[in-house]
Amino acid sequence: MNAQLRGFLVPVVAIVIFLAFWEWLVWVNQWPNYKMASPSDLWPAFWKFKELFLIYGWQTLWRTVVGLLLAVVFGTLLGMVMGFSRVAREALYPILVGFNAIPKATVVPVIALMFVGADNMNTVLIAFMISFFPIAVSVSIGLSTLEPEYRDILRALGASRMTIFWKIALPKTLPEFFGALKVAVTLAFIGTNLMEIVEPHGKGLGHLFDSGKINADYPLMFAVLIALAALGILLFYGVVLLERIFAGWAERGQT
Amino acid sequence: MSTPSDAQIELREVTHAYKTDAGPLPVLDNLSLTVREGAFCAVVGPSGCGKSTLTRLIAGLMRPDEGQVWLHRELVTSPKPTVGMAFQNPVLLEWRTILKNVMLPLEIVAPSMPMAQREERARHLLHLVGLEGFEDKRPSELSGGMRQRASLCRSIVHKPEVLILDEPFGALDAFTREDLWQTMHNLRAEEPFTCVLITHDLRESVYLADEIAVLSARPARLQYLMEVDLPKDRPLDVLYEPKAVEMLAELRHQIQIAQGRAAPDAEAAA
Ligand SMILES: Nc1ncnc2c1ncn2[C@@H]1O[C@H](COP(=O)(O)OP(=O)(O)OP(=O)(O)O)[C@@H](O)[C@H]1O
Ligand SMILES: [Mg+2]
Repeated sequence: MNAQLRGFLVPVVAIVIFLAFWEWLVWVNQWPNYKMASPSDLWPAFWKFKELFLIYGWQTLWRTVVGLLLAVVFGTLLGMVMGFSRVAREALYPILVGFNAIPKATVVPVIALMFVGADNMNTVLIAFMISFFPIAVSVSIGLSTLEPEYRDILRALGASRMTIFWKIALPKTLPEFFGALKVAVTLAFIGTNLMEIVEPHGKGLGHLFDSGKINADYPLMFAVLIALAALGILLFYGVVLLERIFAGWAERGQT
Repeated sequence: MSTPSDAQIELREVTHAYKTDAGPLPVLDNLSLTVREGAFCAVVGPSGCGKSTLTRLIAGLMRPDEGQVWLHRELVTSPKPTVGMAFQNPVLLEWRTILKNVMLPLEIVAPSMPMAQREERARHLLHLVGLEGFEDKRPSELSGGMRQRASLCRSIVHKPEVLILDEPFGALDAFTREDLWQTMHNLRAEEPFTCVLITHDLRESVYLADEIAVLSARPARLQYLMEVDLPKDRPLDVLYEPKAVEMLAELRHQIQIAQGRAAPDAEAAA
């Protein structure tokens, strides 16, 4: 079988089997809707609220992406500072670790109070705060562990630090950067939903979930979960695509 | 102090130590060495004696604690674009093709050179070392010896006046190595350069060099200097002639002294 077709068919078949098994489980156990909705209940729920899914899904999506972009910019700059200066690394590391250790669910109400009403900004901020850490760490480690010989190829020719950064250090760190970005994109997504659910403000899929809860519309709640999963997959594979384009060289052929 | 006019590389009483957690580690001890313009100097010595350190000092990547390094009557304080260097590891950039790897120094040293000309130069060198057909491959698709050859091309692509080679043939099999010795001779004939070659292969040093410096164990001093008076254009068979065999025996003896396995000659000790 050709590899491309296979790469597409195998996951699809797996999903179909999974859905069939789920439907069967609910049917066999005679579970009521509020305990476990079955896939056949989900589609009507989707259809009924299809416009809301699109609107709220978009809100969740763009706020996650903006938060992630901020995290990339800030995390990369921070990682560069820590990667190039040992003093900065020693000074910032404990602060960062401490900051990262705070459960973000506790930060959500604080942020919501700080900027009352600016709910887009709040959500983006949480997505950003939760996701910049792995990026900063990976960039700093990538830069600080660059083998001296790599630097020396260009340094021996009298190249400037900036040239060495652009031609050697930056590309060499890309695989680690994308590894971190895959973690960060998932975190940013969690951050957005955290804000939408802990501090409901009428936006995003988290809000739709919340209204499902209030109206005891269990199939809707499950449908939101599925939509979130789909969105999460979309974001993740978006990063994978970027990785293929910019750091595809790091993928070794089969040996 | 005046420098003899034909000295391309001159080390004057160079002493250097690495700072380590266990205190300073002396590596070079009062080392003086002169290489004439256009000459080929091979440096041999026990493992870990400070040969790579010596290359880094000549290239200006480090400055010696004491003493001076002069290149072409200029005191070396920082790296110069007229120097080419190949390291003990090939260190090729995995995100570039072999051709692009070889072209890298030109991007720094000759940014105004047209792309086509850069590419032609790189292709020419790759052809010389037997790597044609591999221009568009990634470094990981090449064997260790092929990577080393590509690294050699990268070190001379910008036509350096001074070429510093740190055991570039060390990882190669005997046949490829002898091929590349020939290639080195051809390259030198085509575009002259002054060369310092670190090696642990005595035959290689005799076949390639005009003079051979034997370093002592760490901290390295200049223990012995040999002029190789063989014809410039040497066939490989020259290594089996009595003169060369004699030289090899003497070098072996010197290395053993450096390793502390043989007593120094009476006359040298006097
Ligand atoms: N950056 C460094 N910091 C501390 N010590 C070092 C450093 N680089 C080399 N050394 C030490 O200096 C000594 C000389 O190292 P160098 O690499 O110059 O030896 P070498 O003659 O090239 O050895 P080889 O033949 O094995 O390549 C070694 O004992 C090594 O441990
Ligand atoms: Mg060495």
